[in-house]
Amino acid sequence: MGRFLVKRLFLAFVTLFCVSIVLFLVAQVMPGDVGRAILGPYATEVQVRALDHQLGVDRPLLERYSTWLGGFVRGDWGSSFLLHRPVASIAFDRLYNSLILGGFALLLIVPTSIGFGVLAALNYGKWPDRVISVAGLSLIALPEFVTGIMVLVIFAVELGWLPASSHVPSFNPIDWFRQLLLPSIPLMFVLFGYISRMARTGTIESLRSNYVRTAILKGLPRSTVIWQHVLRNSLLPTITVISVQTGYLVGGLVVTETLFNYPGIGKLVLDSAVQHDLPVLQATVLLVAVLYMALTLFADVLYTLLNPRVRLAA
Amino acid sequence: MSAPHPSASPPATGALAIDHLSISYLRRDRVLPVLTDVSFHIEPGEAYGLVGESGCGKTTVAMAVMCYLPTNARIEGGHIRLRDTDLTRAGEAQLRSLRGNRMAMVYQDAGSALNPSLTIGRQIAEVYRFHGGLDTTAAMDAAAAMLETVQIADSARMLRRYPHELSGGQQQRVMFAMALATSPDLLVLDEPTTGLDTTVEAEVLDLVARLRSKFSASILFISHNLGIVTRMCERVGVLYAGRLIEEGPSREIFSTPRHPYTLGLTRCVPNRIMRKDAHRLDPIPGSLPPLGLAVQGCVYAPRCPIARARCREEDPPAFVSGERRVSRCFYHDEVSGIPRSEEALPAIGGESAGGDLLRVEHLSKRYGAGTNQVVALDDVSIELEAGEILGLVGESGSGKSTLAKCVVGLLEASGGEIDFAGRPLVRLGDWRKPELRRKLQMVFQNPDTTLNPSHTARRILTRAARLLSTAGSSADVERQVTALAAAVQLRPHHLDLKPSFLSGGLKQRVAIARAFAGAPALVLCDEPTSALDVSVQATILNLLVDLQTKERVAYLFISHDLGVVRYLADRIAVMYLGQIIEIGRAEDVFSPPHHPYTEALLSAMPTIDESEGARIKLSGTMPNPANPPTGCRFHTRCHRFLGEICREREPPWQEDGEGHRYRCHIAPADLEAAQQEAMSRPAKDGNRPEAEIRA
Amino acid sequence: MPAPLAADRPDEIMRVEQKSATQAIETNLAPGRAREVLRALWRSKTFVIGLAIVLFWVLDAIFWPLFVPYDPEGLVSPTTLQPPSAEHFFGTDDLGRDIFSRTLAGARPTLTVAPLATAIGVAGGILVGLFTGYFRGIADDIVMRIVDALLAFPLIIIAVLVISILGPSITNVILVIGIVFTPIVARTVRSAVLVERQREYVAAAKLLGNSNLYIMFAEILPNITGPIAVEITIRLGYAIFTSATLSFLALGIQQPSPDWGLTISIGRVFLQTAPSEVLFPAAALATLIVGVNLIADGLRQVLEE
Repeated sequence: MGRFLVKRLFLAFVTLFCVSIVLFLVAQVMPGDVGRAILGPYATEVQVRALDHQLGVDRPLLERYSTWLGGFVRGDWGSSFLLHRPVASIAFDRLYNSLILGGFALLLIVPTSIGFGVLAALNYGKWPDRVISVAGLSLIALPEFVTGIMVLVIFAVELGWLPASSHVPSFNPIDWFRQLLLPSIPLMFVLFGYISRMARTGTIESLRSNYVRTAILKGLPRSTVIWQHVLRNSLLPTITVISVQTGYLVGGLVVTETLFNYPGIGKLVLDSAVQHDLPVLQATVLLVAVLYMALTLFADVLYTLLNPRVRLAA
Repeated sequence: MSAPHPSASPPATGALAIDHLSISYLRRDRVLPVLTDVSFHIEPGEAYGLVGESGCGKTTVAMAVMCYLPTNARIEGGHIRLRDTDLTRAGEAQLRSLRGNRMAMVYQDAGSALNPSLTIGRQIAEVYRFHGGLDTTAAMDAAAAMLETVQIADSARMLRRYPHELSGGQQQRVMFAMALATSPDLLVLDEPTTGLDTTVEAEVLDLVARLRSKFSASILFISHNLGIVTRMCERVGVLYAGRLIEEGPSREIFSTPRHPYTLGLTRCVPNRIMRKDAHRLDPIPGSLPPLGLAVQGCVYAPRCPIARARCREEDPPAFVSGERRVSRCFYHDEVSGIPRSEEALPAIGGESAGGDLLRVEHLSKRYGAGTNQVVALDDVSIELEAGEILGLVGESGSGKSTLAKCVVGLLEASGGEIDFAGRPLVRLGDWRKPELRRKLQMVFQNPDTTLNPSHTARRILTRAARLLSTAGSSADVERQVTALAAAVQLRPHHLDLKPSFLSGGLKQRVAIARAFAGAPALVLCDEPTSALDVSVQATILNLLVDLQTKERVAYLFISHDLGVVRYLADRIAVMYLGQIIEIGRAEDVFSPPHHPYTEALLSAMPTIDESEGARIKLSGTMPNPANPPTGCRFHTRCHRFLGEICREREPPWQEDGEGHRYRCHIAPADLEAAQQEAMSRPAKDGNRPEAEIRA
Repeated sequence: MPAPLAADRPDEIMRVEQKSATQAIETNLAPGRAREVLRALWRSKTFVIGLAIVLFWVLDAIFWPLFVPYDPEGLVSPTTLQPPSAEHFFGTDDLGRDIFSRTLAGARPTLTVAPLATAIGVAGGILVGLFTGYFRGIADDIVMRIVDALLAFPLIIIAVLVISILGPSITNVILVIGIVFTPIVARTVRSAVLVERQREYVAAAKLLGNSNLYIMFAEILPNITGPIAVEITIRLGYAIFTSATLSFLALGIQQPSPDWGLTISIGRVFLQTAPSEVLFPAAALATLIVGVNLIADGLRQVLEE
């Protein structure tokens, strides 16, 4: 177990190192002229050079990279061009807001999707399975901005039940639903599709396995077969899917936070990208990657803990 | 001549009575009959064997008995009765109380049959909780006791283990513990030892024999292995294409078969006196009719040597003759007179050219590094003359395949030398040279993956001919492909098929033709027939023998089947945990003095043609190759263990000066005396107490 | 990514027994495997419905000029934001353009960007996956680390990042999606190659002295077309999804194109007064993606059989 964890951690760091290089290349090398990319075509040459110098982009590449990465590791992420505040404090504020929104969506949708996925598998080929499968497939297909607009039209504009623009909720649970339900619906739709599918597939596979046959031929009651023998094995792969999808949730946050004007990290990424606020953009994207790696790592560890085959071998 | 009888057995009295059972599968819009009018009864406490080749419907019978048929299966008629319960009419609730309670099943591949995320103890205890009404603690205690019964030591600790921590043999024991927990009336065993190594198989079979004396269960024993069924069962039924074509006491049915198919089955397996240079195997011509094919008359008629017009028109009824013998053959009296096929023996190719074709010296292969290092081959030396067949035997994990892969250059050895046709091969690149490729080829084990599924047989052979033969023009290549196909008895239309439309036997022929495309001097055969049915195996072995004599090629023939190796090989090498422990001429290896491990392997061999001999039971399981035992590697399981010396010192080679050598501390004279004595000792109940052997 | 769906009920026994029985047929009566697959696809409702939807949009993307009543980019009506009427089936937008014409014409940009991006990703992915899976070793480790690194960014984030720097254009959208897809496809291909290379026919091909390139492309590649086909359809769905999202975020196709994502983005301002400018393109987009996903699903079910 310890060995496994060390190895996994090491790999995660190697990957993150690669991520930082990719990110640096994209943000600093691809534009060719960073100052020009930020200031746009109408700035004078002098202004551009001044900015280049101020940013340090006239220095050698390797030096810039190490300065940037060193700064990031120490928590010194520079400061925003536009907001004139330290990037770290903006990014963490926004991250916190996004975690609330994402956590809310996950909390509601993970149990629901697993439940429906298992239900579909147990009724394989019958109408509940058909309905759940087709629903899942369609919900995956809808881009977040489409579903987002739909719920906005219906619940905020037409019915006026919920606000069209969401704020970070207070500690009041009613406020959670009031503020977070609408922006989390598009996220939940996509998540539902993936998680329920995985739960369904895992359960079907488990139902077909030899060990479930053994359990049935032992004469065990159906409920015991399902709870003890099927679900225990079938939900393991779902953990991995949840972690990967949670990582991709951030992509959906870009859209939904923009749509609902919610001050989260997705909106921050988009705003800083559109406004060429490079320090913010670089740092937040790297932060997203770190978050993603942490999540998959966590899921791997959880998977290992729950799976005796891996746990005892590691 | 006996009278036809509508139903083979007397009315239901037995533990299990199957009467006129017919089952079909619905596939798309077609109804495919799998079982037709199958009837047999099993008496209380009796073991009944069901044999037949793959596709004959054995497993369907087992699943029908357990009422666990696939959803698209339909019982067309007949009854299955367990004592007085009609299983074909039982409802879900009734089934639940019967399954695991009055009838239980053990099947192939225990590794996947146990739930990977529950402990052994919990899985066994479940049976007691649901059928015995015990609470959790009592059920666990009962499970522990049951583990002792199936001879799993240290049961208290084993209860907390997960299935993947157990060896294959132990997993199968756990399955038996679960099945016997409620002392059922009927135990269905579906190929319970298939996939296990020979010595482990012998242990599991011994366990079954021992459990039979303890539990009163009737047994339905399903196997493709006639030897095992003969050993384990009182009566045997033979299934062919979904019909029970012969039934009778197991000792008689294979010695005096009364159905041509049963006779065919016994004749295509080499027996202990058969040798490739004196006897030819007798394969059954043709092949199993495809599922769902409507047959008029006897199903076996198209392949039968004594079929007449009547056989093609009328379905033969069950003829009862003598003591409980049943045969569905009009001419069952003539079966004993069917001659062996007259096919000429290949002319023996004369003495070998002399001189070693292949010399492997001190070869080693290690995987991994540091503490995880596995030594797959350790100081392996073998030699092979031109035109000779060297049989290589050993259980899984012994390093047989690794050795073969190192020899052909699919793996790079970690140390040692390989000399082939007078030139040393060191780096993998040495094997890439076309003139070498031509001379050194390989035939693989699995007919399903040995050919590229997206290429036709013609494309496969054309590619081989182009790369291996000296044929230049494409007309030459084409001619050679035709010649190759003819040499392995492939019909021209087979060439344009992709592998998925070829039977296992045909696929293996294409693979053999591919290996022979460039007039090889040495062909490595890695279990080329282990995935095939016996009748197909016989054709392939005949083919290999023909090619060897005709082309003067040498084989390194890997197999776990000692019977096949004995039939085929001039010399035999035995491997254990990455080492060669014995090598010599076949007859020397097969007779004392030989290595105790070879002795154990031989005694574990199930056969139909000899009376039950005393069997050697090896203790413990195969050690972890990453951490092999010190001294003699076999000492942890050896029944002739001497003491400290075996544990501490590597045994010396005992050589007889004529090329037979083995690694053992025991002096040859002592070993021979002990082994002769053991062979002449009669068996008690099929096995002897452990203490006697260990002493 | 959801794991492949299994096809039919437990019928392991039946499969084994039928398989061995059919394998014993010495003469070929059965049709080729490709034909078998096509026939099974034709029977799959999921696949056929998906195919019909996608075909509809593909034909529309090619032939829309024949069907549209108005120029989709032209200001054809003085009255903006009209509700649907006989004259303008779907109404008019904020500039007085015909929404029906724009919705029909909007299939073309989407169905140009997404297939091209997919093609880049699949071509690159097959190459990378074949080489890394076949050769393994250090190169494989390094490439897989880079793949992991790319996978650590959600697609939208990396697209936003790159396009904001390079500037929005169709080419950039195609390139970004294609490049991001490459490692994802490579992973699928690689794992399929890892399975295939263990098979004996690959060892046999090596023993015959075939070159590595021959083994990779002529021996292995034809046997992994199944997973590749499934991956292509899945990627296509994602590509449509992503390019539409980028258009919506104003980082993709620009005005005055009738692209659906772009139209929705503009129309959302007028949602309360004229929802049709958003609704119709949204429905069009949704059906197209559902169609592609249905194809992917049907294909997967059939190939798993």
